[in-house]
Amino acid sequence: MKGWPLALLVAAIAGGCGGKPEHVTAGDAAMGREVIAEAGCGVCHEIPGIAGARGRLGPSLAGLGNRRLIAGQLPNRQDVLARWIRNAPAFAPQTAMPPMPLDENAARDAAAYLARLR
Amino acid sequence: MGGRPFTPLGLLLLTGGCGGMQAVLAPAGPDAAAVRPLSLVLFTGGAVIFLMVMGLAAWAILTRPERRRWLSRPGAIVAMGGIFPVATLTALLVHALLLTEWSGGAPAAADTPLRIEVIGEQWWWRVTYLDGDGAPIVETANEIRIPVGRPVEFVLKSADVIHSFWVPKLGGKRDMIPGRVNRLTLAADTPGVFRGQCAEYCGGPHTLMAFEVVALPPEDFDRWLSAEREPARAPAHDRATQGQSLFLAHGCGGCHRVRGTEADGVIGPDLTHLGSRRRIAAASFPMNQGTLAGWIADNQHLKPGNHMPSFAIFSGVELRALAAYLEGLK
Repeated sequence: MKGWPLALLVAAIAGGCGGKPEHVTAGDAAMGREVIAEAGCGVCHEIPGIAGARGRLGPSLAGLGNRRLIAGQLPNRQDVLARWIRNAPAFAPQTAMPPMPLDENAARDAAAYLARLR
Repeated sequence: MGGRPFTPLGLLLLTGGCGGMQAVLAPAGPDAAAVRPLSLVLFTGGAVIFLMVMGLAAWAILTRPERRRWLSRPGAIVAMGGIFPVATLTALLVHALLLTEWSGGAPAAADTPLRIEVIGEQWWWRVTYLDGDGAPIVETANEIRIPVGRPVEFVLKSADVIHSFWVPKLGGKRDMIPGRVNRLTLAADTPGVFRGQCAEYCGGPHTLMAFEVVALPPEDFDRWLSAEREPARAPAHDRATQGQSLFLAHGCGGCHRVRGTEADGVIGPDLTHLGSRRRIAAASFPMNQGTLAGWIADNQHLKPGNHMPSFAIFSGVELRALAAYLEGLK
């Protein structure tokens, strides 16, 4: 875990050089990591970097940042991901994933963390 | 999420045992405060003795033979190898026995302690609040709310194997032994959440047999206890109503009780006010609809060997309905 702040810093700097700015919304990945741990996302998802997050009811979130679609149907942008986290059934009525009790900022932070899983 | 109490520093302190909600060295009650000096003496004393021994070993290895000869004289061996450890360990033993005798004992006669029966079961805690005559008032599980500043007498039992009840910030451990009743009186000085854990290996997912003690100001505690005695709330919306129907139709009530409904099982935790608890599955996971749904469908993966089967029989929509119903049981 020690490498995280450095890795994030590098990612942040590198992201500013050649990223796709329209996909970047404000969100603090380090805070997002705590949000994810506190919300218990790991009960259903395997999430690299989150202690005990080895759930398998939902898909693994490893490499989520590389995927083109969220849940196989939505463009993988951080703002969309944040909205998905807060209210997945609004996008996918049959999903088992309930709306997660996170405010907008917390969801954005969580999305920022997940987007960096490459 | 506004507060976000878990900073990386907090996490570091938590793992370091120096702060956080389960820290021996950060007491939140008189009993834990009495244990703290002993812990400090043990840790620092152990460190000093270790350094002395290593120093002497280095001396014995590195120095010239005539200068280290005194180390092998009978006098040195008897003093350092016999008298010192016997004296040190005897002093510690006497102190620890006196401390054990004193701590967790009966409170001052003037106080009427609150009595709470806690039964250790593989792998959760059945919690029953008792009245003055020892008759049950209300049953809950895995979360124990207490009033600040008032001694609480825990009546400790086991339903199966030996467990041990330990809330490090409030006091020492006490075993829960099948066929016996042990008692432990603790008090909290400040409001807060203090994590406790089973401290005696009890098989299977022993690691995930935790609980939380929530110390509240007395008036908040009284309000909570009277709310806790009420039967379960009716579902507040359609999805929760659907969840309740599923809960009852699929026999969840065979093991779980939800007072005010036909679910009257006594094998598993009482769920009457599940939604008001902070965590689920013996404090293993946070409480929200997501973790509840995940637990229902795949708990054997999350807490292998626990006595609830994974219910992989529900659709996504049904799981959400069940989770909405359960979370609404405030």
